[in-house]
Formats: sequence, structure tokens, C-alpha cells
Amino acid sequence: MAGHATKQMDAATLWGGNESPFSVSYGKMMMWFFLVSDALTFGGLLVAYGTIRYTYTGIWPSGEEVFHHFPLAGEAHLPLLYVAFMTFILIVSSVTMVLGVEAGHRMDKKGVIKWLALTIVGGFIFLGSQVWEWSHFIHGSEYGKITMADGSVMKAHYDHGTHEFKGFEVVQDGSKYKIGEEYEELHGDHAVALYKSIEENEPYRIVKGANLYENEYGPSHYGQFFFFITGFHGFHVFSGVIINILVLLMVIKGTMHKRGHYEMVEKTGLYWHFVDLVWVFVFTFFYLV
Amino acid sequence: MERDDVIEYSLDAHHSDEDGKKIRKKIWIVTALLSIITIVEVGVGVLWPRNALGADSGAWLSIKLFYIVLTLVKAGYIILTFMHLGDERKSLKYVILVPYIIFMIYLMFIAFVEGSAINAIWAS
Repeated sequence: MAGHATKQMDAATLWGGNESPFSVSYGKMMMWFFLVSDALTFGGLLVAYGTIRYTYTGIWPSGEEVFHHFPLAGEAHLPLLYVAFMTFILIVSSVTMVLGVEAGHRMDKKGVIKWLALTIVGGFIFLGSQVWEWSHFIHGSEYGKITMADGSVMKAHYDHGTHEFKGFEVVQDGSKYKIGEEYEELHGDHAVALYKSIEENEPYRIVKGANLYENEYGPSHYGQFFFFITGFHGFHVFSGVIINILVLLMVIKGTMHKRGHYEMVEKTGLYWHFVDLVWVFVFTFFYLV
Repeated sequence: MERDDVIEYSLDAHHSDEDGKKIRKKIWIVTALLSIITIVEVGVGVLWPRNALGADSGAWLSIKLFYIVLTLVKAGYIILTFMHLGDERKSLKYVILVPYIIFMIYLMFIAFVEGSAINAIWAS
């Protein structure tokens, strides 16, 4: 943006003292340093997730199959549409934030209030969506994941329309069943009878939904990383919303206008954009890939 | 109260209505771009799902690379335009970006090589 940072200055003046070589205020620079350290935390979490995936020898759950529900759409197969909607909400709230910062640079108090309020609304919609997604993830599907007597792990296939059980798919090798091979007894009537007997006699072998110890989608790490990464990100969004509300109140009171600049909006804006930035990476590495 | 020991750089961060129009136009262009990229990502995922292609297939590998490139493009636009790091002094820009990128490349290299090695042992 126009301002001090774009002014031409020779190196001797810039680095000779009495002048910030970065041409930013103390607060803004510290916000950047905080964001770098926070980015290291999220980077570490995503790399840890990737490392666990590299070590895993079974089939890692695919985001398109785990997250294919949409509110009020029942069992319709809409892969990642809701997550894409959440991504879009966060991008839009990032845009309203940057428009608020821009209005601040013109000392347009009304503009800042309008855009900041919309940003807060976007933040609440995102948080609400995350609550819905978490509850769906925890609740799980109708038939869940089954551990067989030979130690192999199976995913249940069922008709999304009629909810009828159709068969098993091997997702982790056991002594008898191996990934990618076809077994006649795992389909049709025989499989239905097998599922029923497990359900009646050994219900503990069926896992539905997710908790911190196990989940029906894949290895326990999958659920743990889901809760930790999206939870940590959601916590960031939550604190961002709180900070935005506080700054909005200050703007409404006229504190910024009296101060002569809206840099506080810019600094909270940096934090808010960072939250969007993290989600872009979570979206790719947790949901898409 | 006036203080002469504090240099308020942010006081200079003002711009006129005309500059504002240009900046807003840029913001909307970037918005459209980010939305299109997200739609393309989801669309590719719907058309060529991992389980249909096979997790180890070359086609899925190229889609993964495609996703990563798009993600970096999105991240670049967010950092440089929305957080306007692109408009800050070069020294600040590189102090923020270069150490982080070097460290992350190092961390990914060391963790993923280790992860693959463990996978090879467990699989055998």
C-alpha cells in the first residue's frame, strides 16, 4: 500500500539509525514475528501428519469419502462440497477484512465498521460449520468399521439410498484377507449374515464414528490429527473473532479515529488472513490429498 | 501528548480515494482467482477421486502435485496481496519468508524420508 514502505531511501539513511530499516511500526513487526512462530506450529503439525501417513502401510482414508455430507442433504454423496463451502466462507471473510483495512487507510470509519462486522459474521459462520462437521465426524455412519477375526480391518459398503448393507472392503491386511483382493464371501447374502452375527455376538469389533482412541474412517492417528489440527485452527478462528469484536468496539467508540490511523485494524487483519492461510494448507493436505 | 522518541510509521499508511479504487479492484480480482482455484480443486477431486485412480498411480501423483502447486499459488496471493507483504520493504519480506521456507523444506525432507524408511520396514 502507499505509505512509508514504498518511499525510496538509500541504504545509508535506512540502516544508519533513527529509522526502522523495515519501515514498519513495532506492533506490526511483532505481529509478523508471532505469525511466523505460529506458522511453525501449524507447519510442524502438518508435517507430523504427513510423516504418519508415510509410515502407514494400510489404506489411508480419503477425504472425499469421509467428508461427503452436506447439512439437510441426508445421505447424498457430495464429496468435499461442505469443506469447500467453509473454505469459501473463510476466503470471503478475508476479503471483507482486507476491505476494512483499505477503508481504514482512507480514514473511512463507517466503511471499517461495515467490513469488520461482516468479517465477524463470516467467522461465526465458519465456526458453526466446524461444529456441524465435528458432530458429523464423531457421530459416524450406519455400519462403521469392522475388525475381522483374522485381524484384518474392513470398511462396510452400503447403499446410500436404501441404507442396505452390501459388503466389506479390506482396508488393512490380516492373516487371511489382504488389501486389493476379492473374496466372494465378503459380498452378498453371506456378508450380510456375517455382519449380523458380529453385531449380535461381538459388537465391540464394530467401530462407529470417532473419538480420541479410535474411529471408523481409518487408523487412530487419522481421527487424532483431525481433532488436533482442525481444532487448533478452529481455536485460532475463535480467538480471531473475539479480537475482531474488540477492535470493532474500539472503532465504533472512535478510538482509532482519534489516534489518527487504523493500524490496529491492519494488525488484527494480518492475524485473520493468517487463519485463512492456514486453512488453505489444511484443506489441501488434510482433505484433498 | 506529542512524543518525539516514537516514530509512527503507520501514520504514513494512508491513501487517497483514487488509490483506494485501484486497491479495491486488485482485491476483487484476487478474490475471484482464489474462489476459482478452490472450485477447480474440488472439481478435480470429484472427477478423478483417489480411490478410482489408485493411491500409488502416476495419475494420482500428478493430481497431488497439481494440488500442491495451486495451494502455493493461493498462499502466495494471500500473503502478498491480502497481508500486503508484497508492498513492504524487501528486507522485511525476506526476513519473514526465507528462514521459514528453508526450515520447512528441511523439516519435510527429513521427516518424510524417515517416514518412508519406517514404512518400508513395516511393509516387509
